[in-house]
Amino acid sequence: MTGKKEKKTVVLGVLGVDAHVVGNKIMAHALEREGFKVVNIGTFSSPEDFIRAAIETDADAMLVGSLCGHGELECRGFRQKCIEAGLGHIHRVVGGNLVVGKQTWEEVEKRFFEMGFNRVYPPGVSPKKVVEDLKKDLKEQ
Amino acid sequence: MSLALLIDFGSTFTKILAVDLAAEEIVAYAQSCTTVETNITVGLLRALDLLPSSIKEGPFECKLACSSAAGGLRMVAIGLIPELSAEAARRTALGAGAKVVRTYSFRLSAKELAELEELSPDILLLAGGTDGGNHEVIIENARKLSTSRILCPIVIAGNKAAVDEVNDILFAAGKNTLIADNVMPEVNVLNVEPTREMIRKVFIERIVEAKGLKKAEDFVEGILMPTPTAVLRAAVLLSRGTASGKGFGDLALIDIGGATTDVHSIGAGAPLQAGVVQKGLPEPLAKRTVEGDLGIRYNAAFILNLCGQERIVKNAHLPHPDLAQKLQNFSKNVGFLPQCEEDQDLDFALAASAAQAAMERHAGAIEALWGPQGQFYIQRGKDLTGMEHLIGTGGIFIHNPRASAILQKTLFSPEEPFSLRPKNPALYTDSGYCLFAVGLLADRFPELALRVAKKYLKNWN
Repeated sequence: MTGKKEKKTVVLGVLGVDAHVVGNKIMAHALEREGFKVVNIGTFSSPEDFIRAAIETDADAMLVGSLCGHGELECRGFRQKCIEAGLGHIHRVVGGNLVVGKQTWEEVEKRFFEMGFNRVYPPGVSPKKVVEDLKKDLKEQ
Repeated sequence: MSLALLIDFGSTFTKILAVDLAAEEIVAYAQSCTTVETNITVGLLRALDLLPSSIKEGPFECKLACSSAAGGLRMVAIGLIPELSAEAARRTALGAGAKVVRTYSFRLSAKELAELEELSPDILLLAGGTDGGNHEVIIENARKLSTSRILCPIVIAGNKAAVDEVNDILFAAGKNTLIADNVMPEVNVLNVEPTREMIRKVFIERIVEAKGLKKAEDFVEGILMPTPTAVLRAAVLLSRGTASGKGFGDLALIDIGGATTDVHSIGAGAPLQAGVVQKGLPEPLAKRTVEGDLGIRYNAAFILNLCGQERIVKNAHLPHPDLAQKLQNFSKNVGFLPQCEEDQDLDFALAASAAQAAMERHAGAIEALWGPQGQFYIQRGKDLTGMEHLIGTGGIFIHNPRASAILQKTLFSPEEPFSLRPKNPALYTDSGYCLFAVGLLADRFPELALRVAKKYLKNWN
């Protein structure tokens, strides 16, 4: 059968006008070590960059990093854009310093769930936890 | 005297250069109108007849040719995402010397398929999907193409997990297929060379005959490549050098022709300013862009629309009250060579405007973005500001006394600081009109070809 993939493919990148590259590299390393095919589109990536890469590579998940505190603004409409591009089904994960100011994590998490992300991670989450969840989530799909 | 005869069947003129291989000198040049509509050899024989009798008798060590006659190598590129595999396919075709008449992405619609049949390209390049990535779209496009009236060779260069099925579908429908490596095996990784070589092979084996150029091969050893490929090869040779001959390093080259204006750049073009991040599909080391709307004969009237009267007048030195009418005449009479000072000035202004526009399109650009951490600069395309050499080739650079000023017009301007055009390169013109010949000689005699190229480059600094 054509197109049978050996590895699960994930598109990884940092969303928006955001230059924070260190966490992105660490995450890429952690995913590769655990057998994922990582398509790292790097910093300064738009939602469209994620979508284009995901279609071209037939990706199973998108891992969106947002470190600059503007995540809420940048992620707005992300799900709708995915649906429009035929990627409504794709597993979406977001993490980093998603917001600024005093907000409870529960509120933040809820807001990002509502924006269409399947997993939302707080600052300082360990890459191991993200990888474990991802393995589990993609197995269930 | 050991002679090589190098021939370019151009869109307008058939040009012949005779090179003395021992003395490393151009010993004769002749040109005559290309006669591809009737019989290609007629124009060739006319041009040969213009050579001095001591030379046309031969014998010749080799007789090599390139061609951009009969519309050049017309290709259609198909990919999945416009900015990714479709763009990778387009760039690959351009680098193979083709004129890309259309690029399609996603699943082909019935309307697009009908348009494709109408376009009737010489070669179709079918890409889509990274290796192991999306396979449905390229397979579906193959199914659609299998039902079409397309007869030209189809080069398959997409997702390696899908190419066998794609090939089976097209082959079963009687299509002419060839398989190359994926032009974009991973997101933002270009792999252009294997497909470029395959396109060249198809050109030699099938296109030459299909375009009625085969008759010329009774006289020449072979029409080896499209003319732009020969020029690109000369540019790479001049830039990178040979085993024993030092190259110039990174360079850019502008080829102004009657039907197109091409720009070639050899170099990575990575950001030169601190804090600039490069985004988008990476650029091929040897990059060619072709502007089919900027030929200074066929498109003379269009250049006026595109660049505006103001720019052409600014580039001219004399007043041209009947500018529009004159340019219309240029378009109608594509073999026109300026005789008076006024026409020569207008030709200069037209060439400078076309070259400016072509360089603007070829060079990369910077975009400034504001984020919570301040301002950032994103670069798309190549940064050419540091290019140390800029070469001009084409008839205009031989016939016009102010040739170097055309090149100057294409340089970086402080008024458009985000357009990354060359800032302060040494300027050269191809005084022997020999770069196509250098490209043809490069495979067989690379050292000699490099020396001949350098010898006939006129340095204007």
